[in-house]
Amino acid sequence: MRFAYYPGCSLKGTGKAYEKSTLAVFKALGLELIEIPEWNCCGATAYMAVDELASEVLSFRNLVLAQRMGLQRVVAPCSACYLNLLKARKAFLSNDPKRERLCSALKRAGWEYDCSALPEVLHPLQVFTEIVGLEKIKERIRRPLKGLKIVPYYGCQLVRPYDGYDDPIYPVKMDLLLELTGAEIISDYPLKTRCCGASLTGTIEEAGVRLNELLITEAKRRGGNVMSTLCALCQFNLEMYQGKMKVNHKMPVLYFTQILGLALGLGEKELGMEHLLYRPSLEV
Amino acid sequence: MKIQRTIKYEGELDRSLLTYLFSLPEGEHIKRCIQCGTCSGVCPLSIYMDFTPRKLVALVREGFSQEVLSSFTIWLCSSCYSCTVSCPQQIPITEIMYALKRKAIEEGAYPRRFPVPVLAREFYRMVFKNGRNSEALLVLRLILKTSLLKALSYMPLGLKLLRSGRFSLKKERISRPSGVRKLLKAAREVKP
Repeated sequence: MRFAYYPGCSLKGTGKAYEKSTLAVFKALGLELIEIPEWNCCGATAYMAVDELASEVLSFRNLVLAQRMGLQRVVAPCSACYLNLLKARKAFLSNDPKRERLCSALKRAGWEYDCSALPEVLHPLQVFTEIVGLEKIKERIRRPLKGLKIVPYYGCQLVRPYDGYDDPIYPVKMDLLLELTGAEIISDYPLKTRCCGASLTGTIEEAGVRLNELLITEAKRRGGNVMSTLCALCQFNLEMYQGKMKVNHKMPVLYFTQILGLALGLGEKELGMEHLLYRPSLEV
Repeated sequence: MKIQRTIKYEGELDRSLLTYLFSLPEGEHIKRCIQCGTCSGVCPLSIYMDFTPRKLVALVREGFSQEVLSSFTIWLCSSCYSCTVSCPQQIPITEIMYALKRKAIEEGAYPRRFPVPVLAREFYRMVFKNGRNSEALLVLRLILKTSLLKALSYMPLGLKLLRSGRFSLKKERISRPSGVRKLLKAAREVKP
């Protein structure tokens, strides 16, 4: 099975372990990811604050590039990229005046594309749980992760509000996937979709760091010894700002693809484990 | 001490912002607000805001346009959509916040050197120029444009990134960013 791969800026920078582990897990599951050539930034939340149409045009360009590769599905691991791609796709398929403006902008810039077949947008979690299926993944588990007590943290943008494949407030798909690894899952974590503050950690630090502090303190209180994330920015905030919190919990914060990869028996190097500040302790 | 009137006369109210919101898709949904406060309750940042989201909606509707545009509230919104998915009246609150940010930037109504709009603007420029965003370079631009003193507080973070092999000053760029620029310019030109 082949998918167009949209990494986004973070996966080429501070989130490189997310890219490494995503590619490794896809390969191990026999799935092919082909990077979209010349992809551009999704505009994140910044473009929406400056120019809405520009934000949609940016994501639309990536969808058209994927279409030109002849692929019907785009995989976007970062939650902000995923949301923006979905949103642009929705704006295009809808009947509101935005669509008309979007089309005339593309026409003016000389872009040709096939309106009838815009690629579908997927998050890796969706690929694992819905396309590959939990049964198939279960068969491939080589190394049960004994000793890990995982707190699945979804963050905000993945499950809202354009998505609809999991509950926007209390999603469970990652819980179900990680259960297969043999680790203990802390599934009663009430903050699983509470925002990490995104770029506020860099702009209004007091507010941003505090949000992450609450997330980690609660994860620990519930008995977790590792947090699982599925967004480059959530992982960055939760891990990198621990030194600025009142208590330095040294909580390991992994990408869910790293955890899954470990259970599939993949090597630490392949999964980019060397980029972590705090390593989880696994029982051998 | 300067003695100032603390309320507005009705004649001083300005509903231009409300009219602007009505022009957006689903913008008229703001009329449906029942002031229940669910948005403020679920918002992880409302405790830092000068006006909670519920109050902000009330102020927009009454015509306190200037107060709304110069508030910190809109810049504290991290676009997490918890209000949007929880609103019993299906008001697209996050999209409204975005629209208010755009208006505040357009009118220059935000506090000078306040980092959030500066970041948005620098981000916009970087992607316009290169087609992609380079994280470390963006943070450097932010420091230059807001507060050099803050650079010191970024040092430990930079060291952590360096130690874990995640720091890079490389400029991320697509090979022909002019295509992206052309598209963005076209988007600007088709504005209603």
